[in-house]
Amino acid sequence: MDGAVNASSRSVVFDLARQELRDLNKFLHGDLRGVGSVTVENPDGANSIAVGINAPVMVEVNGHAGYYVAGMNQGGTVVVHGNAGPGCAENMMSGRVEVTGFASGGAGASAHGGLLVIRGDAGLRCGISLKGGDIVVGGDVGSFSGFMAQAGRMVVCGSAGEGLGDSIYEAVIYVRGTVTALGSDARLEPMGEDDLRVVGKLLADAGMSHLPSEFKRIASAKTLYHWNADANLTY
Amino acid sequence: MATKPEIDPTEPREPLNLEESAGLNRQAIHYIQRAAATGLYEIRGLGAKRALPHFDDLLFLGASLSRYPLEGYREKCSSKTVLGTRFATKPIELDIPITIAGMSFGALSAHVKEALGRAATEMGTSTTTGDGGMTSEERKSSKTLVYQCLPSRYGFRPDDVRRADAIEIVIGQGAKPGGGGMLLGQKVSPRVAKMRTLPEGIDQRSACRHPDWTGPDDLAIKIKELREITDWEKPIYVKVGATRVFHDVKLAVHAGADVVVVDGMQGGTAATQVAFIEHVGIPTLAAVRQAVDALEDLNVTDQVQLVVSGGVRTGADVAKALALGATAVAIGQGILVALGCNSGTYLQKGEHRSAIADYRSLGTAPGFCHHCHTGRCPVGVTTQDAVLEQRLEPAVGAERVRNYLKTLNMELTMIARACGKHNVHHLEREDLVALSIEAAAMAGVPLAGTSWIPGRSGGA
Repeated sequence: MDGAVNASSRSVVFDLARQELRDLNKFLHGDLRGVGSVTVENPDGANSIAVGINAPVMVEVNGHAGYYVAGMNQGGTVVVHGNAGPGCAENMMSGRVEVTGFASGGAGASAHGGLLVIRGDAGLRCGISLKGGDIVVGGDVGSFSGFMAQAGRMVVCGSAGEGLGDSIYEAVIYVRGTVTALGSDARLEPMGEDDLRVVGKLLADAGMSHLPSEFKRIASAKTLYHWNADANLTY
Repeated sequence: MATKPEIDPTEPREPLNLEESAGLNRQAIHYIQRAAATGLYEIRGLGAKRALPHFDDLLFLGASLSRYPLEGYREKCSSKTVLGTRFATKPIELDIPITIAGMSFGALSAHVKEALGRAATEMGTSTTTGDGGMTSEERKSSKTLVYQCLPSRYGFRPDDVRRADAIEIVIGQGAKPGGGGMLLGQKVSPRVAKMRTLPEGIDQRSACRHPDWTGPDDLAIKIKELREITDWEKPIYVKVGATRVFHDVKLAVHAGADVVVVDGMQGGTAATQVAFIEHVGIPTLAAVRQAVDALEDLNVTDQVQLVVSGGVRTGADVAKALALGATAVAIGQGILVALGCNSGTYLQKGEHRSAIADYRSLGTAPGFCHHCHTGRCPVGVTTQDAVLEQRLEPAVGAERVRNYLKTLNMELTMIARACGKHNVHHLEREDLVALSIEAAAMAGVPLAGTSWIPGRSGGA
């Protein structure tokens, strides 16, 4: 901190080697006026770090996080300087979550909003049930990513595994590398002007510098939106 | 060649042969014809319609010489019920052990959700949200609201987590253990679609598994996350559809649940495949006993509460569930019937109007209707249609549900007093006997007039 430290930019440190996770989260749910940033030291893979944030607070996690880091984030900015376990930023509503390393399964699961940036690879089911959030992955995503994704965008700078976008609704997935296999009802579609703009914007927001034109668009073929339409025979 | 005699074709020559096959009966023939015509399984609402061993197959042993009854009309009998005492700092305190089961806005109209909240609040009990999130109507009208966390996570929002009184993690439901919810396009109205982040009018099929955890070990971590988000204040329920109940309840307890909700196969649904409703899961009667055995095995009956649902209709049903070891029950379909489901009329500004023609257009009649899935509910309960939903006035619905809950609680306390209990939670297994060998075996109580509990004692 520079000399301008004052009441409007107080910096708070939680050392999880000495302090309780419960106290960290409780602090984050309290009155955060005057708190500029919160630093979490020695996270040591603890689960549920910085969950349920409901304010535009900045949280830096110096090390690896376990399950559900920044779960249900609403308005906060959480940076994990390390890897994140399953379900990072699950059900995020708004704000920004960034993982500098790798993220495990279910990253950004069911996120309604906000931006999740993963600089490394993401595991299985990245963006499952996505509901409007945006996810940018610097590396690859595992199988079944974008499963039943309803809304929002996923930008994968590396490659995607099996069953990508299975039963996808209105969400759109952009992949730069290869796709091992698309899931049911997912299809490749041409990149339009809007797609190039969206990918360019999300890459810029994430601080990544690929060309939008290198990406493919995957979206729903919408064949599963309704039950069997041929049901017209009668006795 | 002899000519055939002239016969009157309308005169029966010999008796008609109407020998029906027990296996390939009219129902089975109708099923095959329907399947052949549509190439699609049949979907309907409500719960299992087949005959099952049920609470009706149990009887209470009222007090007599060996036990001392309480005065049915005068002496006090408490029905206070507390849920969530294990880890939550703010347990749920209810006046009656009869709660309203999770039913979604989407399956039900906003009017209905409001009516349920009003009735529950007046009776001092809780209501529960469903797939698709919390409506402002139900939050406003419900003093105690349980917020479901479902596999779909439709409309699951941290603001609503914070304004809920308890969280119920739904693993499954009795009507379809192993299956996700379903809401056909007719009910995916603009408001429903918006709450669920889905296109309007699609046939919506909810996920059957949670997106961010898989097994019971993960569930333990998920529960801790929800506790962290709610600062360990709110009780966390885990709801399972009844199948391998003994193991599932143990796993839910190990995962850290405050309350376990077990929903038997008679439990209702707004829309599910008939084959699922009738052929997957076990009866509530069997489920209660297995759940209680699990809690007793872990020695947690005084810490973890059991809520039982699935076909609970009467005060006697409630009393039997409690005697078997449940702390409370949850009712869905009974509540819908109280609101007007399957009634021939609906009330508008104090005047009864016939709904028969609307039942007829669904191919059914009052008393038989299970067409919740169509969204064309003739009495305005399970609909999103702007015209039909007006048929259920929130004030009328609230009064009916309040009366229903009141009746159930009066019956419950009456039975408890007759068994000599001044607290409904003192009802016990020893107060029960069974009418059938099946019920005796499932509930683990003796066959009436004997000391025989099949599979547990003597002669097995």
